[in-house]
Amino acid sequence: MPKPRQRRGDLVFSGVARAAGLVIMLALAGVAVFLTLEGLPAIDAPPGKLGGADNIAAFIWPLLFGTLLAALIALLIATPLSLGVALVISLYAPRSLSRPIGYVIDLLAAVPSVVYGLWGIAFLGPQLVPAYIWLDQNMGWLPFFAGPASTTGKTILTAGIVLAIMALPIITAITREIFAQTPTLQKEAALALGATRWEMIRLSVFPYARSGIVSAIMLGLGRALGETMAVAMVLSASGVVTFNLISNVNPSTIAANIALQFPEATGLGVNALIASGLVLFVITFAVNFTARAIVARSEKRLR
Amino acid sequence: MNVKIPRPVPLTEEEIPVGEDHETAADLRSHLPLTHPQLPRWAPALVMLLAAVSSGLLALTLGWGLVAWAVVAVVLFLVALPLWARSVEGGRSAKDRLVTGLVWAAFGLALVPLVSLVWEVLSNGLGALDREFLTYSMRNIVGEGGGIYHAIIGTLLVTAAAAVISIPIGLMTAIYLVEYGGTSRLARTITFLVDVMTGIPSIVAGLFAYALFVLFFGEGIRFGFGGAIALSLLMIPIVVRSGEEMLRLVPHDLREASYALGVPKWRTIVKVVIPTALGGIITGVTLAVARVAGETAPLLIIAGSTDSLNRNLFDERMMTLPVFIYYSYTQPGVPAEFGQQRAWGAALVLIVIVMALNLVARAVGRRYAPKSRH
Repeated sequence: MPKPRQRRGDLVFSGVARAAGLVIMLALAGVAVFLTLEGLPAIDAPPGKLGGADNIAAFIWPLLFGTLLAALIALLIATPLSLGVALVISLYAPRSLSRPIGYVIDLLAAVPSVVYGLWGIAFLGPQLVPAYIWLDQNMGWLPFFAGPASTTGKTILTAGIVLAIMALPIITAITREIFAQTPTLQKEAALALGATRWEMIRLSVFPYARSGIVSAIMLGLGRALGETMAVAMVLSASGVVTFNLISNVNPSTIAANIALQFPEATGLGVNALIASGLVLFVITFAVNFTARAIVARSEKRLR
Repeated sequence: MNVKIPRPVPLTEEEIPVGEDHETAADLRSHLPLTHPQLPRWAPALVMLLAAVSSGLLALTLGWGLVAWAVVAVVLFLVALPLWARSVEGGRSAKDRLVTGLVWAAFGLALVPLVSLVWEVLSNGLGALDREFLTYSMRNIVGEGGGIYHAIIGTLLVTAAAAVISIPIGLMTAIYLVEYGGTSRLARTITFLVDVMTGIPSIVAGLFAYALFVLFFGEGIRFGFGGAIALSLLMIPIVVRSGEEMLRLVPHDLREASYALGVPKWRTIVKVVIPTALGGIITGVTLAVARVAGETAPLLIIAGSTDSLNRNLFDERMMTLPVFIYYSYTQPGVPAEFGQQRAWGAALVLIVIVMALNLVARAVGRRYAPKSRH
């Protein structure tokens, strides 16, 4: 490409553009630095300032457990559903139908999280109570359904379902794009050999899309880990560590705990919450980083 | 029940042609059908109908609800159709039909929450909407009445401020990445950091804004501009991503034609590249605005909540729609019904705003997007 002559306008413009990029680097560094600065005082906080916990690790651990548990439930529900939706959009539905369907799923992603929370607490929770009672009575021998069943539906399972609904559009959007990118020749070759549609998907689409699916699930996990309002509204949390999914006593999540405690927190309480936020930041960072790395590696392989 | 297609029949002793060798193969082939038996096209519809009816009969006799009926009907369908297919078409086809059924069932299940959510918000929220609701604040309101004027103004101000911060930074970064950065170390680092930023949990963005401003203003700081800072942290990466994508779509010939005319690079970018990509850029920016307009967690932390109208971004707490929804449902006051009704009304208004932004974005995108292709 022929290099245009450098002029003052060029220098200024490129300088501004570079500065904007640097601002982003500064902002991200700022997040890490300021959270660490404000979180550090909580490390040697005396017991009693941390809502009953002895030290900062004992304060964060139950929250971390709840965060991971809720995200795990969400992924277990969201992954098969979003794969189904993505398959319908990219391979099963007739073309005239798949566009509007994709559009509707995108709209699902645009609904604000607080509205999901409102729906979860006012509609979904009460609707699930009979199911919880049934699970308690018939499946109570499983530790997950030990009960006693919640009478309000404000359980970690409800929160996980709401999180699944919120993670679904993300996972669907990415997987459907990857399904659509499968080379047509490979698909047609499979069909020409007499494969049924499912065999075609298993033989040519899934191998091609495997790493993409994994990274889509990781990105969905990132969203489920950091989601705040839906959990804060839906969950009746008491900060315990338990695998019992349907009772009134539930572990809280880091994000929801911050949202619930922050408005009334003072002094070291604020520092402790910020420290837990730092932990959340590090975890989501690691998850997203892994997802991007998988995508990058598979892109290199395909090229 | 089956369509009459001859099955392969083994030849008996007398039928096997004995004669010249070259005729044998052709004769054999004429006995082997090229097709294999298939279920009629209407088979899935028939099985679906039967499953729905038999599940309905069960539901009526046992007094089940709608959910149990639907679940049993789907399960019946998923069992019956593959079994039928197995007996007629064989195992592979049965598996294919089972997967098809499962995929569509997953799809239907995923649509249920969307439909239910829209229905709940509409049916609960429409009753709250009237002129007073949209033009009054909650100042000195106990019980019935009041409105969300202060929250609408707050959301508009905070979102606008976030857009004013994010759009220039985001677009200039996108321009840097596409036009100047190339594959330099800085460009790669920025691309990576933008990826990381897209994954920042919104509550962490709020904590960042608080941790930043607490250093200057002391503990307990709450003001609207802090919310705008937190939201821009979430908005910038979206703007960069979409801007970058759109700028890369602009064909290289356009830039080179402009250079050939002696136009400086920066004027080429401003006058040629950006106008070509403008439709896509506007779409991306609007979607980013829609995304942050519904954010709650950061505003809960740094913008706070209040019952009164506050038009000053730089002083005092500022109410926003998402925070209003949260508080008026979880702390509705006494009696609870009025607060909860207001929460639904505010949720409806918020969804309408967000969806309107989405529709505008997509309309703009459709109108201008194909420009880059000749």
